[in-house]
Amino acid sequence: MDIHEYQAKELLSGYGVKIAEGGLAYSPEDAVQRAREIGGTVWAVKAQIHSGARGKAGGIKICKTHDEVEVAAESLLGKRLVTHQTGPIGKVCGRLYVEAGTDITKEMYFCLLVDRSAERIVMVGSAQGGMDIEELAATDPNAIVKIYIEPAVGLQDYQAREMAFALGLDSDIMSHAVKTIKACYRALRDLDANMLEINPLVMTRGGELLVLDAKMGFDENALFRQQKISELRDKTQEDPRETAAADRGLSYVGLDGDIGCMINGAGLAMATMDMIKLAGGEPANFLDVGGGASAERTEKAFRLVLADQNVKAMLVNIFAGINRCDWIAEGVVQAVKKIDMKIPLIVRLSGTNVEEGQRIIRESGLPIITADTLAEAAEKAVQARNQVAALSTTAA
Amino acid sequence: MAILIDESTRIIVQGFTGKIGSFHAQDMINYGSCIVGGVTPGKGGQTHLDRPIFNTVKEAVHEVGADASIVFVPPAFAADSIMEAADAGIKYCVAITDGIPTQDMMTVKNFLRRFPKENRMILTGPNCAGTISPGRSMLGIMPGHIYQRGHVGIVGRSGTLGYEAADQMKRLGIGISTSVGIGGDPINGSSHRNILELFEQDPETKVVLMIGEIGGPQEVEAGLFAKEQMTKPVVAYIAGLTAPEGRRMGHAGAIISSAGESAAEKVAILKELGVTICPTPAAMGKTVAEVLAKL
Repeated sequence: MDIHEYQAKELLSGYGVKIAEGGLAYSPEDAVQRAREIGGTVWAVKAQIHSGARGKAGGIKICKTHDEVEVAAESLLGKRLVTHQTGPIGKVCGRLYVEAGTDITKEMYFCLLVDRSAERIVMVGSAQGGMDIEELAATDPNAIVKIYIEPAVGLQDYQAREMAFALGLDSDIMSHAVKTIKACYRALRDLDANMLEINPLVMTRGGELLVLDAKMGFDENALFRQQKISELRDKTQEDPRETAAADRGLSYVGLDGDIGCMINGAGLAMATMDMIKLAGGEPANFLDVGGGASAERTEKAFRLVLADQNVKAMLVNIFAGINRCDWIAEGVVQAVKKIDMKIPLIVRLSGTNVEEGQRIIRESGLPIITADTLAEAAEKAVQARNQVAALSTTAA
Repeated sequence: MAILIDESTRIIVQGFTGKIGSFHAQDMINYGSCIVGGVTPGKGGQTHLDRPIFNTVKEAVHEVGADASIVFVPPAFAADSIMEAADAGIKYCVAITDGIPTQDMMTVKNFLRRFPKENRMILTGPNCAGTISPGRSMLGIMPGHIYQRGHVGIVGRSGTLGYEAADQMKRLGIGISTSVGIGGDPINGSSHRNILELFEQDPETKVVLMIGEIGGPQEVEAGLFAKEQMTKPVVAYIAGLTAPEGRRMGHAGAIISSAGESAAEKVAILKELGVTICPTPAAMGKTVAEVLAKL
């Protein structure tokens, strides 16, 4: 789960990390009011969307008067910002963070994340901040320092010092740098974050070490014990289809294709989507209905898939282990009748009680296309989709 | 032989008396697995499914000689149960539980590393379907009847995609020595490579099918091991060709977050390492059959 920059900064500030003075605004008037409260002569008006690289997308505006703050806020609020992290649809900005302008003398990169290979938290830093770290890793890998942290004892002072020196910080700021780095680590551990990225971390002309931008991502498996973090969720930043699915306990990812999918198990779901692609089609979604697919759950899943207007055909692929094919078949028949489905449906059942499941589908009298194997299911789905597409072209 | 489990494996169920634990314990008993009891703290001394319940894993090891365990404990308490099993001297543990926090798994792995290798418990999962040595023992939640006994080892992250593979092979008359689910989480007990090491040592296994997916470095590490240290052929399928970058595809670990983690990249690297790639997920059985025919 991602959170906004201002939320990450508030959390970090609670751990003793220094941030520039700032405030949240929901309207241009709010923004001007925040600028007045902060004082000074330069402000940054920053779009709060769940993405990095906001600067390049025009999401951060530097303003020198209150009028400029108002104009910047007007232009950003409600705007859809597209970055390489948001995908082509982009994300709508509904909140702004107005921050005191900072006179920067040095920009650095700092990040903590869970390293899957090492099964430890790794601290990553570079004296070259402000740019895309993946770009830097490709062009100048030696400019990046990695330090692994032993989980049992946690981050040690000497490691924080090593990092601070690698960032090119001076000795006179060392004790504060160590404090900042350790605070970030504590926040990551205490709050079950799996990623904390500060890009850039800056030195100001006044000799202060400040967090200028902050991004945090949290382990969804740990939210049950992080009530305060769960409350920071901003549903406006999520795909509404995915939010609806999550609220129903289904795992859904919307894609650009037009063959809707309902499958049990994440691996089989990905494999079925691959098969659709290899058969010449494009999947509209990833949807794992999970192990205990009841009739009610099946109907919810159908409604979710069919809510996508692009969907021209739907493929159901269930390999029943704990489940039973006859239960699934009954659920599918019920759902189709209730929803009054207008597009072709292809069903492939396998595993426990498969003959009984197939009989229920056959005897339902519904125009459901059945398939025995994964390959046959994908091919029939693509054929059905192509027929629907051809018909709609003729109609037009 | 087979790996990890056979008819002599003495299994206890952690989270024995819960709804899910009971259901699958009965299913494993029906399959013929040697379930010697279960652990539910506070219910020690009672019996369940005609087997003794213990308060601690240590008691179960002492009283009934348990050497393997399966964990159905809810996510918040699962890491604790796994560490309890390791400390009690259990040799092999399958964690079925889905939803264990990543930091808890870091703690578990660190805890396991403290034991000298010869005394260290092997863990597979969490978030997996378990392990089966067909016709001998089932330590998991899979439909046992779709697995036929034979000479192909399977290691995979996904439950149902593993069933699909077993089913394709059964249709072609190909049997399985052992099928191991390593689970869909970012940090798991055993990696693809760890399981390949075991299959390489198993005289009964002739070919290994590795079913990988997007995210993380494990498939490539396994490919390197296959090239450098294995005599047996490895066949692989990597799921997630259509998965967009940065999006979690169901499994907590199935997310492309850096270079080399997409299905296309993994396939390209594995091909270069001499691993035979299944052209489609519908051709897993067929590809294994072709490799077997060449032996």
